[in-house]
Amino acid sequence: MASNDSTSKTIIVALALCIVCSVFVSAAAVMLRPAQQANKDLDRKTNILAAAGLLQQDVSVEKQFENVTTRAVDLTTGKFTDAVDVASYDQRKASKEASRSKDLTEEEDLAKIGRRADYALVYIIEGASGIDKVILPIKGYGLWSTLYGFVALESDLNTVAGLGFYEHAETPGLGGEVDNPLWKAKWVGKKTYDENNHAALTVIKGSVDNSRPESVHQVDGLSGATLTSRGVDNLIKFWMGENGFASFLANLRAGEA
Amino acid sequence: MATKTKDILFKPVFDNNPIALQILGICSALAVTSSLKVSMVMAIALTLVTAFSSMFVSMIRHHIPSSIRIIVQMTIIASLVIVVDQILKAVAYDISKQLSVFVGLIITNCIVMGRAEAYAMKNPPVASFLDGIGNGLGYSLLLVVLAFVRELFGSGKLFGFEILSLQSAGGWYVPNGLLLLPPSAFFLIGLFIWALRTWKKSQVEAPDYKIAPNTPKEEVA
Repeated sequence: MASNDSTSKTIIVALALCIVCSVFVSAAAVMLRPAQQANKDLDRKTNILAAAGLLQQDVSVEKQFENVTTRAVDLTTGKFTDAVDVASYDQRKASKEASRSKDLTEEEDLAKIGRRADYALVYIIEGASGIDKVILPIKGYGLWSTLYGFVALESDLNTVAGLGFYEHAETPGLGGEVDNPLWKAKWVGKKTYDENNHAALTVIKGSVDNSRPESVHQVDGLSGATLTSRGVDNLIKFWMGENGFASFLANLRAGEA
Repeated sequence: MATKTKDILFKPVFDNNPIALQILGICSALAVTSSLKVSMVMAIALTLVTAFSSMFVSMIRHHIPSSIRIIVQMTIIASLVIVVDQILKAVAYDISKQLSVFVGLIITNCIVMGRAEAYAMKNPPVASFLDGIGNGLGYSLLLVVLAFVRELFGSGKLFGFEILSLQSAGGWYVPNGLLLLPPSAFFLIGLFIWALRTWKKSQVEAPDYKIAPNTPKEEVA
């Protein structure tokens, strides 16, 4: 046993172990990479469709995604751009880099995200007569966490077709109810912009009175989750507003995007 | 020999449960047990890692210099954990997303290290492997029990299927949100330990301190 503790034996054992382990780990990583990449892609596509409320259970995600075109939008000009490669562009990463994002002032930063990426990826579903639906990425701060999600608009680029979040860490049962399908269903059919083209969609406290004319822009708040509801309200206002997708949607409506 | 194998394999389940008696591996037991499916995967991952790391450590136990033995054990455990994490990402992506950091944290789970150091360093590979499986089973048992209670009463579901119809979906059951939060697992583990020690009296520890009777009034003054 004494020889086990000699310096040379110690170094040999350490080296041999490192080599064996690193070969083992690298081999596993390399062999499994294609499957992992495929899973990641599938997950992203599922999120986009599910968040927008368009996911059908019995059709494969790949097939459903065939109708979807991914385009990059320059949020400053509100037009489509080819400046970034849609296959590899990572909006979340870009929003952290000073050269590729805009520093928001306190008044602009309704969603409390700090910086906003210059380019955003949008997903367009083509129908028989042009655009059928547009899916836009949204994010913003709730109570504990940043909520990441998508909102889908109908072909008039005003009516909400679906909304949902795929990543957040709000309190289960309270703020976590943003995932409740019953609540998400309340968004469908609401109008994003009013007659003056102002982003009017809002989450109110309590229940919406459907007899009032402004109810088309209002969604019930979540009970017991005032701050999460306010966060969702803010992030919708931000992303539908001037620093979000307002100019892009206006351009698209006019056919100039 | 047969009884010995059985002992190695099943002793850790009730008689020497790593969580209930040794109070090891509590952090992951709190974190991943809010749903049954995730806990099962975590339990299987931990059992495999414990078994194989014990086996590998045992195989080279005569060559491990005692000055670096902990590092050697850690390297073996870490490699296995990374491989398990990679496999989960490739075949069960959804679950690996929910387990997130906790698969990686198997490395720091005291059960794995504890068995490598306490058992595998002194015993042959097959016995070490079985010891790893046994301790993994002990951990799994507790995880599954916790997850069963937490998922059933916390979200009214088991394996994601609705068992109790929820009020928010028009049913009658109002879920107990506390059970979805990590502290609830503390209470449940406590109750489990209580039940286990009522059944197996030998596990009751002698109290370290005796609570003194009330101080008489005149002494206080």
